[in-house]
Amino acid sequence: MNILGKRYILFGVSLLIIIPGLILLFAGKVPMSVDFTGGSLLEVAFTNKTPQPSDIIAVYEENKVSDTQVQTTENGSFVIRSQFLENDQRDSLLAALNDKIGEVTVIRFDSVGPSIGEQVTSRGALAVTVSSILVVLFIAWSFRGIKNAFRYGICAILAMIHDVAIIFSVTAFGSLLFGWEINSLFLTALLTVIGFSMQDTIVVFDRIRENSNIYRRLDFETLVNHSIVQTLQRSINTQLMTVEFLLLALAMFGGVTLREFASILLIGLLSGTYSSIFIAAPILVLWENREWQNWFRKPKQSQA
Amino acid sequence: MARNLTNRILVILLVLALALWIDLSNKLTLTNPFNDTTLFERSVAPRLGLDLQGGLQVLLEADLPAEKQVTREEMETARNIVENRTNALGVSENVLQIAGDRRIVGEFPGTADADAILGIIQQTGLLEFVDTGDFRPEEGDIIQTDFGATETTSTTSGAAEQTVYHTIMTGKELVNIGVSPNQFGSQYAIDFTLTPEGTKIFADHTAANVNKILAITLDKRVISAPNISNPIPDGSGQITGSFTPDSANALAVQLRYGSLPIPLKVVETRIIGPTLGEDSLRRSLVAGLVGITIVILFMGIYYRLPGITADISILLYAAILFAIFKLLGVTLTLPGIAGIMLSTGSALDANILVFERLKEELRNGRTLVQAFDQAWLRAWPSIRDSNIAALITSAILFWFGNTFGATIVKGFSLTLAIGVIVSLFSSLYITRTLLALALDTFKPKNLERWFGI
Repeated sequence: MNILGKRYILFGVSLLIIIPGLILLFAGKVPMSVDFTGGSLLEVAFTNKTPQPSDIIAVYEENKVSDTQVQTTENGSFVIRSQFLENDQRDSLLAALNDKIGEVTVIRFDSVGPSIGEQVTSRGALAVTVSSILVVLFIAWSFRGIKNAFRYGICAILAMIHDVAIIFSVTAFGSLLFGWEINSLFLTALLTVIGFSMQDTIVVFDRIRENSNIYRRLDFETLVNHSIVQTLQRSINTQLMTVEFLLLALAMFGGVTLREFASILLIGLLSGTYSSIFIAAPILVLWENREWQNWFRKPKQSQA
Repeated sequence: MARNLTNRILVILLVLALALWIDLSNKLTLTNPFNDTTLFERSVAPRLGLDLQGGLQVLLEADLPAEKQVTREEMETARNIVENRTNALGVSENVLQIAGDRRIVGEFPGTADADAILGIIQQTGLLEFVDTGDFRPEEGDIIQTDFGATETTSTTSGAAEQTVYHTIMTGKELVNIGVSPNQFGSQYAIDFTLTPEGTKIFADHTAANVNKILAITLDKRVISAPNISNPIPDGSGQITGSFTPDSANALAVQLRYGSLPIPLKVVETRIIGPTLGEDSLRRSLVAGLVGITIVILFMGIYYRLPGITADISILLYAAILFAIFKLLGVTLTLPGIAGIMLSTGSALDANILVFERLKEELRNGRTLVQAFDQAWLRAWPSIRDSNIAALITSAILFWFGNTFGATIVKGFSLTLAIGVIVSLFSSLYITRTLLALALDTFKPKNLERWFGI
């Protein structure tokens, strides 16, 4: 089974998924939740009443709260997003909703100060970066017995970045199609995928490490391909186990928020396995062969 | 294979018995058999996060300019005061934790009355002694002081310029508070004594400012604005005003329990309705049960005898993990469940890695005993390295979550880290022992049937 031979096609497939999503993301088309931007989210249900979203916005505006957006959910409740609300503001809004529209029940309420949201985002990125660097160093140290140990760490992180990019891209499409947003459960899914991606890549790399001590004469590409084939059964089975879990969670979890969470996890974990085989290991080979020297030459020469 | 098989089985049984004891009880008690005294007692009731049972979460932050240092003791005192106040409402299982340098996370599970809690937390009860010079503010006036001023909104054009007065000290310096009727018996006053430091500040100030006004404010609202008639060197004083016995008592209570060393503001509020929480809990339990059933069937069918031992060790893993969570008082949240799922995945992965090796070695014609030893030996580096990477990540994330009050990240990384450690014990120790025991007992000959090669 020659997996590595098709590596440029596989890279292309990944880029095809990643690039459009990231364009959407950077164009600012993906809504961020109040966890990151600051602001408030109030989900309420009315007993025996189904008002128009504009009715709710009117109540908010009477109370001098601007930038209000109202979404209806499958369960008939209303998700109202607005600026950061102090507690007394929330109380007077609820009282007003009660008076003007009807008996109101609070399903959830999130209110995050603007500075907090910013801090969580920037420090969160920092935490992920620091742990990535530490993992690179750890892998380099752990693979010190073989040639170019540092490359393994870098490739593991590249595979992880690939998975993170896939998740962001898929979420961007999800926001376009199903109105997903980047919220705190997204953050949880992201962390889970990062953890899984690293574990999975290390298992494949471990086999390369072991084989390079056994088959010293074999050229690197054949060696890596052989290692991938040897670990393939394990990769599939582990993937089945973890994904099986989540597929079911996906089917069982009814609510919109949890379905989004489960879908992102599902795709992210699939990507985690995919990237260890089709991204991390091929990049290792690409690096060994210094293939970028051939990228900009005429095809005739590179085939020769 | 596995040496000291009997010892290993005893260890596993002991761990299992301990785990089940904790899993099945809500309170651990050990009594001394000789005199019936309690040696050890600990509550191990399971704790569910707010997202699974509904409730209120608030993030409080010291309302002081960023460059102003807040000491650990001040935060600790503020935390205790807020805790006392909210406990006084009769809400059980409140958790208040300091997060980082200047934040406190408060969690109040299952409460219907979020308003009362938010009200009592925000009632900062910050008492200040303010030098207003010759100006005598009216009782009930709101005045600006230079303590904890973070708002710059008063500078907007059109609004009247407000004078900012100097705060000479805060309620932090109060030690004793009592209520007494004044000499006419018709009005009441609040007596207080001060800490040595407060005594000095008070003595210096009153000596230098005789016949000036010293306003006493609670949350910037003037409650009394007495004249300094004489210097007060001994650190005791009286707040007089138009108090009835009841209002004097109420104020005294607020001063006693409410003198926060630093002002706090609510920067984040989350309320999860009880139905939403219940729904999430029910759905995740169902999904978890169905998922684990499928995994157990798959492992048994695909890997045969080793698969069945892995199934048993995964069940033990779940029992031990749950016991540890209960013992350490880990709160289970949805992100926490994601962490458990990931660590369960890595427990399974470790078993799968070993079993794939086992098959490989058997196919290569090794004897069962040789293959058994080789499988664990060869799978070990990959299990070790992938789990260390997971532990590094969860340590960094835990630190991050703890410092910034990001409870989601904290919950995830804590359960992941504990899960990874237990998963190592489960796949390396329990599975290995059980498989050795099974091979010893059944002495399988037909490898194809027993191992699914």
